[in-house]
Amino acid sequence: MSEVKKFLYVNRKAPYGTIYALEALEVVLIGAAFDQDVSLAFLDDGVFQLTKGQNTDGIGVKNFSPTFRALGDYEVTKLFVEQESLDERGLTTDDLQEVTYEDEDDDWAEKPSIRVVSRAEMADIMANQDVVLSF
Amino acid sequence: MSTLHTVNKSPFATGALVSCLDHCKDGDAILMIEDGVYGGLTGTTVADRVQQKAGSVAIFVLSPDADARGLATDRLLAGVNGVDYDGFVDLVADHDRTQAWL
Repeated sequence: MSEVKKFLYVNRKAPYGTIYALEALEVVLIGAAFDQDVSLAFLDDGVFQLTKGQNTDGIGVKNFSPTFRALGDYEVTKLFVEQESLDERGLTTDDLQEVTYEDEDDDWAEKPSIRVVSRAEMADIMANQDVVLSF
Repeated sequence: MSTLHTVNKSPFATGALVSCLDHCKDGDAILMIEDGVYGGLTGTTVADRVQQKAGSVAIFVLSPDADARGLATDRLLAGVNGVDYDGFVDLVADHDRTQAWL
């Protein structure tokens, strides 16, 4: 194992109606052990995964939204969120939880992991990967 | 460098096809499979958007899935072509990556 490949995990589903979102996160965490260049894309209903204030007490399933904040410790630091998908759903970045990582190349400065990009930029990101895994 | 996109949901059930159309690049290919094959029909609410892309993106339906659903070739949009399973394999092999729009 020497060549580092670019992996993109594409998240297009809202968090609790189906198992896709949780499974994506599980796979990202497993994949993080393989030292690849990992990015996550959030578009369409996938942007709902990152909203703050999720409380699943009443539906009997795990609230996995805090887990996104642990990704930085696994060197998963690129969470691309599509602006148009936010707009279509009446969301702004203020509605999203804060996800940060500590940059080891910059004296462990705390930096935001979430990067909002346009639909065109998202298309470029997708076209620039070695492997795309969809959820 | 190009991408093969697969779409397996009806465009009337989810936004997967439209999102795919909005993110694919010139020179890519889209293969409609399973219920995705309904996206290749003429006279639908998404037909114009599919037709518009057909110039810059190669668009296919998986024939066994279209046949299973009774979609005759003459009901498919111009520029939307059928492929069999071997053609599916060729498409995967001919592109740098495959992206599924679930």
